[in-house]
Order: sequence, then C-alpha cells, then structure tokens
Amino acid sequence: MTEHPTGLSIRDLRVTFGGGRRLLGAGAPPVTAVAGVDLDVAPDETVAVVGESGSGKTTVARCVVGLVRPDSGTLSYDGTPLGPVRGRPAEIQRAIQMVFQDPRSSLNPRMTAGAIIREAWQAHPAAAPAGDQHAAVRDLLEEVGLDGGVARRRPAELSGGQCQRISIARALALRPRLLVCDEAVSALDVSVQAQILRLLVDLTREHGLSLLFISHDLGVVRQIADRIAVMRSGEIVETAATEDLYRSPQHPYTRMLLDAALDLEVAET
Amino acid sequence: MRTGPGDTGADVASQRSGADVANERSGDGPLLDVRDLDVFLPAPSGPVRIIDRVSFTVDAGRTTGLIGESGSGKTMTAMAVIGLLPQGAVTRGGLWWRGENLLTAGPRRRRRVRGREIAMIFQDPLASLNPSQTVGRQVTEIPRRDGMSRRELTATAAELLGRVGIPEPARRASNYPHQFSGGMRQRAMTALALAGKPRLILADEPTTALDVTVQARILDMLRNLREQENTAMVLVSHDLRVMAHVADDLVVMYAGRVCERGPARDLLRRPLHPYTKALVESVPAVHTKTAIAAPLPGSPANPAQRPSGCAFHPRCPLTRVMADDGAAAHERCRTEEPEVLEVAPGRWSGCHFAGVLHDERSSTRVAGRNGTGPDTATTTEEEERP
Repeated sequence: MTEHPTGLSIRDLRVTFGGGRRLLGAGAPPVTAVAGVDLDVAPDETVAVVGESGSGKTTVARCVVGLVRPDSGTLSYDGTPLGPVRGRPAEIQRAIQMVFQDPRSSLNPRMTAGAIIREAWQAHPAAAPAGDQHAAVRDLLEEVGLDGGVARRRPAELSGGQCQRISIARALALRPRLLVCDEAVSALDVSVQAQILRLLVDLTREHGLSLLFISHDLGVVRQIADRIAVMRSGEIVETAATEDLYRSPQHPYTRMLLDAALDLEVAET
Repeated sequence: MRTGPGDTGADVASQRSGADVANERSGDGPLLDVRDLDVFLPAPSGPVRIIDRVSFTVDAGRTTGLIGESGSGKTMTAMAVIGLLPQGAVTRGGLWWRGENLLTAGPRRRRRVRGREIAMIFQDPLASLNPSQTVGRQVTEIPRRDGMSRRELTATAAELLGRVGIPEPARRASNYPHQFSGGMRQRAMTALALAGKPRLILADEPTTALDVTVQARILDMLRNLREQENTAMVLVSHDLRVMAHVADDLVVMYAGRVCERGPARDLLRRPLHPYTKALVESVPAVHTKTAIAAPLPGSPANPAQRPSGCAFHPRCPLTRVMADDGAAAHERCRTEEPEVLEVAPGRWSGCHFAGVLHDERSSTRVAGRNGTGPDTATTTEEEERP
C-alpha cells in the first residue's frame, strides 16, 4: 500500500456540451450532460454507474480518463487533482486506464495485437518491462486468456471477445490501479460476455484494481459491482451497496428502471 | 395442391412431412413453413453455405423467435423469407407461404408478397426511414401506390401512427424521422409495416438499440398488435429476455443451423440442446442475485469455417462429459452431423445427446461440471437457492 490511497473522488462535476457562440445568433442552447455529480471509487472497489442513454454516465467516465474537460467540479485520484489527460502526471495517466464499448473500433486495425500493446509502453516508458517486450506481451496475452500467437494477428482477424481481451491487455500493460469500463461487454455475444466479466473480476482481485463500470445492463451490474450509482439526466439519483439497491430501491426512478427490466423468468419456482 | 417441398433428400424433411402435408390447405396449417432452407453466399474461396438446412414453421397469430449470436444466420433467414438476400445469394429448399413456395415464385410475385403479405421491421429505424420524407408519407406508401386519395392518405397516416401508440398522430405524421425519438421511430417502422395489412411481420432486433423503459413499451405494443390484428410475427433477436416475454415458439440457431426449436416457455425452462442451456445460463438475472455464469470457451462459430460434425462441439460442455478417456470431445459430436429430431412432443433438438438432457433433471450439474474458466462457477439455478 502506498501513502494513504483514497482512490477516485469526484466532486460536483458539471459538463455542458455545445452552446458555442455562432457568427450570427446564439446557436443551439447548450446541453447539460452532467449536472453536479459526486462519486467515489475506493481502492479494490467496483462501482457501477447505470442509467439510460443520455443520462450522462459515459460523460462521467470520459472526464475520469481526461477525454472530456468538465466545466466545473473536481476530480482527484489519491489526492492528486485530475485535469485534462495531457496535463496529468505520467504516473496518474498510467494509473487510470479505459476499456471501451466496441473493441473493434477502439483498436487500430493496421496494427497487430502485439504492437497495440507495445505502443502503450512507448507512451509510458516508465511502465515498459525491463527485459524482452515480446515475452512481456506473451505474458499479458496469457493473463487475459489468449494464446501468445495472437500477438501477430490484427483486430480484423480476431473475434469481438478476443479484441476486448486485447483492449484489456493493453490497459493492464501500464499496471493501472483504476480501470474505467464503458459498456465493456455490451457489444459482445452473450456466450462471450460471461468470459469477459469473469476475466475482469479475476483481474481486479489479482491486481487489487478498482473498477468504474459504466453499463445499462442491470443484470450484469448486479453480478460484479460492490456499489451502484443510478444516473438520470446528468444527476446521480441514488447510490447504494449493490444488494441494497435491488432489495430496497429508494428513488422512484430506480424503482421504475428495475420494474422495466426483464428477466428470463425460467428459474425454478 | 403443392407438390411437396422438393427433393432435397434430407431426412429432416421426411420426418415432419406426414401431419404437415395433411393440413396444408386447411386453414390451420402453418402460415409459413421453412423447410431445409439453404442459403449460399459467394465468397472468394467459393460459395459459403451460411444457412444450412433450416426448418421451422410459423402459425397464424403466433410469434416465433429466431435466436442466436453473431454469425448464427438469424437475420439472413429473415432476409430469405422477405426476399431481400444480398446479390449473388443462392437459395435451396422450401419457403412455403400459405402453400406456395416463394423460392420458386417469380420476382413480380415476390414483390407483391413483400409488404402486403409479409412485412419487415428493420433493425435500425433511423437508417431504414427516409430522412427527407415526412413519417406520414412513408407509412402510407402502399396505399398511395394503390391510388388512395390525398385526404384518405392523411387520415390513414394518422390512423396507422395511432395504432402503434404515437401520441397526437395527426400532427406527428407531418414530422420528419429526426424529430422522432428512438422508440417513436421504432413505432413508425411498425406502422409502415402494418400499412400493407400483412399476415406476417418480420422484426429484426426491434428493441436492441432502445433503453429498457422504452423497450418494455415497444414489446407491449408488439404483443397488443398480435392480439388485435392476429398478425403472425417472426422476431429476430439475440436477447433471450426479450424472447422470453414475446415469443410463443423459439428457434435457436448456431453457425447457420438450427440447434433446437419448440414452445418458448418449455424450451427456456428445459433446454434440450447444450447451446440453448448455456445461453439461458449466461443471461444475468436482474431480480435475483446470481453469480457470473460458467463461461463457454471460445467464440460463436463462423459458418464459413463451420466445425465438423456438430458445429457446437468445440465449445460444448456436454460433449466433454460424454467423451471417454478424457477426450476433448465425444467422437460422435466431432464427426457426425446431428439431425434435428423431435425428441419430445413439439420439441426438436439437433444434439446427439438430447436424450441425456431430457432424461436427467440434474442436467444442470452435468453441463456445469465443465467450467472452462479459471474456476467453475455455480449455475444460476444453484445460486438462487438460499
């Protein structure tokens, strides 16, 4: 354990899009995507943010990794303030990594899987392995459940599940402490979803990673989250320990979401 | 009288011919009878059979779900039924529509059937609606071609949009698609499909892009339509939760073949194919606490490189249980392509060992024994018991 790790802390985060001044007239009114969000993710903790499309959950994730600049509010990791990604200390850039929804479009189609992973080390030489990089790539691939030979393949030659494993390996290559997953299993076939969920859970345990897991799937989130924040129209309407949220949802919107969610209803009665 | 499904020489056809042939012309025969349908698509290395002897029926007023993952052929099967396969596709087998084989019908006849007898709701309503025409104009395309007057068309547009639950339908008819929300577009697509008064509607992933609250309302709408209009429906989806709520019958597809088919409720409760079983177990429950399912190894098979024997065998938990001497798969699964047979009344399965699943109530445990992940997860069923 380092100093006094407190993990991720988000205070009164606000983000608006658009509303830029046009030459003539006012242009479109700005859209408030995030309207004052407070959220903490402790070390070792998996926190899920759920909500419908347009709720602002992805924008929160993008602020955390520094891809969106908030209008106001503070973000910090272990007490270090988080600005835009370029202004962050390399150490913090490395510590927070993201896994995107669509693994195919988030991997460079012209690079092999091995090159994609090694590129992370070019950006962050401090995290690069001391010895043979190719051997280190093979170890990483193995860790995410892929054969070492995959290093020579390009994304188009791999399945969706394999591509998502590459994305995870690329993130792991920098030895992060917080993994931000934006709908990381939504685009995968159901029979592959369980593989990736299990991988994420195993990795968080082995590496003491914390997870900020953005999802619209109330079933998936129940399986992996310690705590859940429910977002609507840019605000968190309720945060609760996972089982408490499902057993006694407090906010009417949470109740509505849960009521609308379907189950298979094939379990033995 | 039709002359039969054509000599495809496959056993599956003869298995089910008796009763089906008998009620062909009577009103209670299936509306749609897909028999040993093959679809070949051109590829650089020669034609690929992406649909391989698919058979199922759709009865009037019922909803049949085609379920499967990527590459399973579910959308391609729907495209074959509506007659919109990609250029160069070759079809074989029978697509019997109320006693007439659409595969041998001429292009004029197919165009006539499309829209007026069989209609389709496409996956992405934004991409399938014309952005430069009002919604009202698009939903009344068929009556317009039939020469309906302008005033009648205006009334019809409002009536159609009202039927699918669009508020203020008369005003909304003059909107363009971009002024509609995702759920409303899906309703507009449905109104467009209803305009030709079809007997069968094919719906390809109608709720996939929608939020849960909207999804529930669209599913209600589809259910109401079936009840009010007695329209049969073929629902194409990868979402078992949606299927469980809307489908009367299910056809489970894998790598372009049928794994299993039968009444939806029964099939989801007691799958008679290990693939169906794995799918059911991999759906995370919302309303009960479950552990992450024991994952299947690998990815869905690609029809262009379909594994030998049973296409599912490389991922199948059951074949490993049945194998002797620690072999990776049972010899029969690896070499012999299973036929889809009626293994229980109304239940068809394409698994060599469907009988094992059928006999053993403890089958969950048989398949669950084989966790291929880092550790074997308990199954949904076991986890739920306190």
